[in-house]
Amino acid sequence: MLEARQVSKRFGGLLAVDGVNLDVAEGTIVSLIGPNGAGKTTLFTVLAGFQTPDEGTVRFAGRDITGLPAHAVCRLGMVRTFQVVQPFGRLSVRENIAVGAHLRHPSRAAALDRAEAVARRVGMAAMLDQPATSLTVAGRKRLELARALATEPRLLLLDEVMAGLNPAEIDEIVPVIRAIRDGGITILLIEHVMRAVMSLSDHTYVLNQGRIIADGPPRAVAADPAVVEAYLGHGAAARMQAAEAAHA
Amino acid sequence: MRAQRYLPIALVTGGLALLPLVVTSNFLLNFLILTLLFALLGQAWNILGGFAGQFSFGHAVFFGSGAYATATLQIHLGVNPWVAMVLALAVGGLVGAMIGALSFRFRLRGSYFALITLAFAEVFRIIAHTADFTGGGSGILIPLDLRPANLQFEDKAGFYYLVLALTAGSLVITRALQDSRLGAWMLAIRENEDSARALGIDSFRVKLVAITLSGAMAAAAGVFYAQYFLYLDPGIAYGVGYSVEALLVPIIGGMGTVFGPLIGSFVLHGVDEATRGLTGDAPGLNLALYGALLIVMLRFLPAGLMGLAAQVKGIGHQRRTRQAHRLKEAGDA
Repeated sequence: MLEARQVSKRFGGLLAVDGVNLDVAEGTIVSLIGPNGAGKTTLFTVLAGFQTPDEGTVRFAGRDITGLPAHAVCRLGMVRTFQVVQPFGRLSVRENIAVGAHLRHPSRAAALDRAEAVARRVGMAAMLDQPATSLTVAGRKRLELARALATEPRLLLLDEVMAGLNPAEIDEIVPVIRAIRDGGITILLIEHVMRAVMSLSDHTYVLNQGRIIADGPPRAVAADPAVVEAYLGHGAAARMQAAEAAHA
Repeated sequence: MRAQRYLPIALVTGGLALLPLVVTSNFLLNFLILTLLFALLGQAWNILGGFAGQFSFGHAVFFGSGAYATATLQIHLGVNPWVAMVLALAVGGLVGAMIGALSFRFRLRGSYFALITLAFAEVFRIIAHTADFTGGGSGILIPLDLRPANLQFEDKAGFYYLVLALTAGSLVITRALQDSRLGAWMLAIRENEDSARALGIDSFRVKLVAITLSGAMAAAAGVFYAQYFLYLDPGIAYGVGYSVEALLVPIIGGMGTVFGPLIGSFVLHGVDEATRGLTGDAPGLNLALYGALLIVMLRFLPAGLMGLAAQVKGIGHQRRTRQAHRLKEAGDA
């Protein structure tokens, strides 16, 4: 459904994204992991049309969308959320979600109705009339998700929707995300919470210093020495293996 | 439900329409006319600033263009003033679209956008000063011809009803905006433009529509001014005074609300008239007062008087629910 080919993005002397190839098959949950500063969010901004890649192409649903502006990408059915949540602060939760719903529903009444339905889907029905600023971090993350869902996307890009949540809140949101996928929406997510990555994803890409260093099923990727080294430093994989051998 | 949303506008307009029956003093009528004129101009600013979040510091550019458009069309081309009014609205919208296209294309936001609008107002003032068809610095005079067909009225009440009709129209447009997708998109852009774009909103287009609508509405205020005073010069039409009035009125009344500009205009001009005795005719003193008011409002009541009203209502509501709770608990016990 989504194909990135040789995508690169440069900021001055820094190659933030370096020749990335990435595929997301329809109906799957694909995760993108990697240490801080690896270029995950930059890759998202390029995929979603917030920035134009310096090289490479992005294809979505059979169409070349390279360089298409963000709102047009959203209209085609690919929507992103923000790692640092960006609610419409002075609007209520219902109005926030309705903004997303308006993409496919011109009438105000229809959009507000849709907002209510989407809020129920992500467990926000009780908060519909609260102003967005009054929400907790977990609430704001959910709102971010709800607004994106309200645009009725085919592909959802989630940028760390679990960051800043406590374990109980994470346990609540994991089934919500799974239910979204089961509802027919493909998902690409950036996540640091490995427990969630392991349980949710069908396929995992690991990005380090702008390059994909590994990809495959999450369990295999987590055991990949190159991935362990990216997270824990050079030689870490060898040391861990030695330690395990000593134990055995 | 839908008609009900317009009931307050109908009531307020109806109430204001009755005023000339009791108010016969020319001084008071003049005060009401100017208050409504600034409510109209403030509503224009409110659409761009209060809804779409783009703070203009140069709304005089639209006001003046509307005023000059109607005056020059009448004088040089002999266009009927009613027709000229419609054309002048189009001119105001066009000026808005042009300024919007230039500044939004280059992603000017916040104070940069405010500065560019201020600059445009100044450029237009200088052009009006030097051009021939505007009468240059000595200004332009619309010939006196007091006939309604000529958009001129013999008594002040006629002008009052004209400005009331225009203001009521602006209230209806704003309410319709509030209940529409376009309005929701504007608010989303005001609150967070990146989020808005991520949710499929073409922010450039929406802001362009906002400034076009705002420009046309401010031009309506300019047209009324020209017909009422029958005289324009560059300093009046494109002066900073109207730019300040345009933003002050909705900020005091409540940005992003329907009635904010109207309330703000009554308060601002009420205070202005009340203190005129104190300040005398010392030039600039009322501007100093405006400045002080602006600081106080932004510091203590950023949501304006409408925001204050909502707060009071909210407190009342809370008190009532708490009371209901207590009663219920007492009943349970």
